[in-house]
Amino acid sequence: MKFFEDIAIGERAELGSHTFTADDIKRFANAFDPQAFHTDEALAEKTHFGKLCASGWHTMAVWMKLNVRERQRTARNLEMSGIPVAKIGPSPGFDELKWLKPVYAGDTISYSCEVVGKHESRSRPQWGLLSFRSSGRNQHGEKVVSFIGHVFIERRDQGAGEGA
Amino acid sequence: MSKLHFEDFTPGRVFERGPRRVPRDEMIAFAAEFDPQPMHLDEAAAKETMMGGLSASGWYACCILMRMSVDAFVGNSTSMGAPGVDEVKWLAPIRPDDELRLRATVAETRVSRSRPDTGFVRFDFEIFNAGGIRVMTLTTSLMMERRNTAAAVS
Repeated sequence: MKFFEDIAIGERAELGSHTFTADDIKRFANAFDPQAFHTDEALAEKTHFGKLCASGWHTMAVWMKLNVRERQRTARNLEMSGIPVAKIGPSPGFDELKWLKPVYAGDTISYSCEVVGKHESRSRPQWGLLSFRSSGRNQHGEKVVSFIGHVFIERRDQGAGEGA
Repeated sequence: MSKLHFEDFTPGRVFERGPRRVPRDEMIAFAAEFDPQPMHLDEAAAKETMMGGLSASGWYACCILMRMSVDAFVGNSTSMGAPGVDEVKWLAPIRPDDELRLRATVAETRVSRSRPDTGFVRFDFEIFNAGGIRVMTLTTSLMMERRNTAAAVS
C-alpha cells in the first residue's frame, strides 16, 4: 500500500472477481448463516429469493479476500520498484452496506474500490484513516453489493503535523 | 413452536445468546481463507501490529454475530433476510478462544409500504467478550413476515 499522503480521493482499484459455487455457498452458510435460502436448493425455491443464494456475509468475506490479494500485489510491485511500502492497520468498522440483489449459485462477482475520504488520526499521529466505497457487480453488470469501509494507513510524516 | 413474526418484535425486546467460544483454529482458518493479514494469522507478527496480538478478522466477527443471531432467534423467525447493514463498529480486538455473548435489542419496527405483508425490524446488536467488554456493535433491519395479514378477517 502507498503511504496515506500519497493516496488521492477518487483513486480506483479493480479487485478482481470470484465465482460463487453452490457447494461454497452451502458450506459457508452451514457454518455461519444457516437459513434455508442459503443452505438448501429445494427450500430456497419456496422463498422470495426463488433460488439458492449466498449469505451476504459470504459476499463480504470474498470481498476481503480479493481486497487483501490486491493489497499484496500492490505491495510487491512497490517493493520491486524500490518504493517503501506503507503499513496497513485495522479497520474501525464500515457503514451503508447494501445487499442490492441476491448472489445466486454460479454468479461471478467483480469487485472494485474507490477512495472517498481521508482523515488524519488525532490520537494516532502515525496513522491516517482512509475511507472507500466498494461495490460488487455480477456477470450481467448489475450492482449486487455496496458499502463504505474505513482502514488505518501508515503516514509518511509520522507525528510531524500538529498531532495532539 | 410457532415462528416469530413481525408483531413479536416489540421495541425494547432483547434476545441473548452465548457464551460462544471462538476457537483459535476456526479463527485462523477463516483468516487464512478470507482475510490473510499477519494480525489475524501469526501470533509473533500480530504483536508488532496496532492490535497488539492475534485478533479475529472483523469479517469473522460479523459471521459469528450472524450465526449467534440465527441460533438466538432468526432461525425461529419468518426472517426474509436483510437489505443491508447500517453500521458496524469493531471496538476492541477479539482474541483466540474468547467466549462471546450476543445481545440483540429491537430498536424500532415499521410495516413495508411496498409489501404490506412484511415489515422491517431494526436491531441494535452488541457482542461482548468474556470480560464483559463490548467488542462490536452492528445495526441492521431484518425483513419479517407479518402475522395473518391475509387471514385477518377470518
